[in-house]
Amino acid sequence: MTVEFVIKGGRVIDASGESFADVVVRDGEIVGVGPDLSAARTIDAAGCVVAPGLVDLHTHLREPGKEEAETVESGSRAAALGGYTAVLAMPNTTPAIDCASVVRDVQELGRRAACDVEVAGAITVGRAGEQLSPMGEMADLGVRIFTDDGTGVQDIRLMRRALEYAKGLGVTLAQHCEVSELSAGTCMHEGAVSSRLGMPGQPAEAEELMVMRDIALARMTGARMHFLHLSTAGSVAMVAGAKAAGLPVTCEAAPHHFTLTDECVESFDAVFKVHPPLRTAGDVDAVRAGLVSGSIDAIATDHAPHPAHEKERPFDEAPPGMLGLEYALALALTELGMDIADVLALLSWRPAAIAGIADTHGAIAVGRPANLCVIDPNHDWTIDGSGGASRSSNVPYVGRTVRGKVRHTIHRGAPTVLDYELQK
Amino acid sequence: MRHLLSIADLDRSDLESLLNLTDRFVEVSRRPIRNVPALRGRTVVSLFFEDSTRTRLSFETAAKRLGADVMTFSVGTSSVKKGESLRDTVETISAFGIDAIVVRHASSGVPSTIRRWTSAAILNGGDGWHQHPTQALLDSYTIRSHFGSLDGLRIAIVGDIKHSRVARSDVQAFTKLGAEVVLVAPPTLLPPSLEGWPVTVSHDLDAVVGTIDVCYLLRMQRERMVEALVPSLREYAQRFGLSPERADRLGERAIIMHPGPMNRGVEISPEAADRPNAVVTEQVANGVAVRQAALFRLLGTESQLESLEPKGTS
Repeated sequence: MTVEFVIKGGRVIDASGESFADVVVRDGEIVGVGPDLSAARTIDAAGCVVAPGLVDLHTHLREPGKEEAETVESGSRAAALGGYTAVLAMPNTTPAIDCASVVRDVQELGRRAACDVEVAGAITVGRAGEQLSPMGEMADLGVRIFTDDGTGVQDIRLMRRALEYAKGLGVTLAQHCEVSELSAGTCMHEGAVSSRLGMPGQPAEAEELMVMRDIALARMTGARMHFLHLSTAGSVAMVAGAKAAGLPVTCEAAPHHFTLTDECVESFDAVFKVHPPLRTAGDVDAVRAGLVSGSIDAIATDHAPHPAHEKERPFDEAPPGMLGLEYALALALTELGMDIADVLALLSWRPAAIAGIADTHGAIAVGRPANLCVIDPNHDWTIDGSGGASRSSNVPYVGRTVRGKVRHTIHRGAPTVLDYELQK
Repeated sequence: MRHLLSIADLDRSDLESLLNLTDRFVEVSRRPIRNVPALRGRTVVSLFFEDSTRTRLSFETAAKRLGADVMTFSVGTSSVKKGESLRDTVETISAFGIDAIVVRHASSGVPSTIRRWTSAAILNGGDGWHQHPTQALLDSYTIRSHFGSLDGLRIAIVGDIKHSRVARSDVQAFTKLGAEVVLVAPPTLLPPSLEGWPVTVSHDLDAVVGTIDVCYLLRMQRERMVEALVPSLREYAQRFGLSPERADRLGERAIIMHPGPMNRGVEISPEAADRPNAVVTEQVANGVAVRQAALFRLLGTESQLESLEPKGTS
């Protein structure tokens, strides 16, 4: 049976430009973009922006191993509410996604999810930083990005070899930049606040030294490198410099690193504990400026669910991470002062290109899969602490009023969200 | 005052009012019968997740002298060892019906965090490197009892400031009460940032020792060697220890203080520790009265103050 609908009355925006147009979707595919189109069923988009579905480069779906915090299903539903049609599942699961069989398991779970679930593989076996994982067999299954996220690869020689090997496979390595010698035993940013609170802190240099090292290794090997969740002014400047020098590097920033500072830790509430840690107001300004200038390629959520009882532990013992999928777009629209088209570039087509899924995501054109989100840019709402569709509720933005909300999400032609409500 | 979590929450008049109340309990402690029924029927729990016999005994003695019932929750033999969460521990204890919890924990912020899970008043008995407010009160009281006031005094705090909740609390209390504080330590033992700290800094104890009214020495922990913060205890003692020669250079009226337990031969020479102007046991004695004042301020009522008046003096 043919399923057909038209998204009517919206402003269509993608990388090629914007126009007031209706979008007709039939059997999962975009079959018409233009004025005054009609179909059997109409999905209203009056006053809204019709955008390509968002793509998250950094999602912790926690499955396998930590299903009490999140599953592929629950995380993908949170993603759909946030306007996402694809997420990249990080490999720091238990067991780690470090071989073909675990990749297959997560891909299988992803087939039933509310968005595309791309899988990132680990660079090293068990993310232990000692031995290269079988990247080839994972690449054969479609894995395009590898990372030990949660930690960085500390061993310089191993990282060099990983980059060289990855180059042969045509895949990208992504680094969580954190030099463990400077970060071990710490739980927040090192600075005036940590000094006052008596908390062991990690300096900005713990991140920056690895950014510096990996830029040198990218130059040396010519391999593609993606820098995860940059949080310091120095990191943003170094990656911008590396790009200006023509190196094949990209980078992302997380919503909490352009909205929150280490002052939040004064509450001792572990909902504000995250790696890399919340930094200073100066760092937040630098991350914002990097997003505005384009030296940061993408906003990636680092959506990191944890059960409430884990986040109720003392600050230094609690696990790091915070939710992001349902809030990233609204925070970006509210906080960055950018045109919506530029925000969508950071959330959709640029991350789609980095993830290697630009053929299916990031554009609205006839013949492409219908991965879309419809945003009401004037919808004001207050973030509550329920965590929405996530199994967890570690939301650091509770009480914050934001502008802009996802009204509909269409994944492969099927509405996953209609009028703000989940459909599956 | 609902809780006593941090000196940062108190202003000068709060501090002075607590010190004045301490005077009353010091007076009571000199009587043949040291107990008063000011908190009779109240229950105080000491919840120490970190070993500290001195602070725990001091609080428990204070509570008992006020007539309160005291429950000791010893973590070593309890459900915590079986994996009970902080929240469950606090909610369980609270279910007994209690009025105050004195909490000590190795993690900064725990006294503040547990407020969510109990209606009891919280007294911070030391949290991580963050705060130890009753220590700051007893130190301030001890200094005040020697000099009449902290106004205009110059106080050196010497040693491992970085890892010290005592230093963080003392700096705030001493400066709020009008003293000038100089921190004396190698840069490795100072906090990474002193932004907003109303202090001066020196790396040279010899340059400071002749200029101060109070020489406050912090305990130097042996594990700091492992972290490469100082080359050796010997070098630390040579450069930052209070040797007899340095003690000789202290002013006529100057006093020597230490939160205990002392490492004789490291931060303080045995000879200096035994000088008459070393007031370490006075600090301990004042600790009980200060904690009585803190408990009374949180749990008592003004009318009960009368119970402190000596009886049968006619």
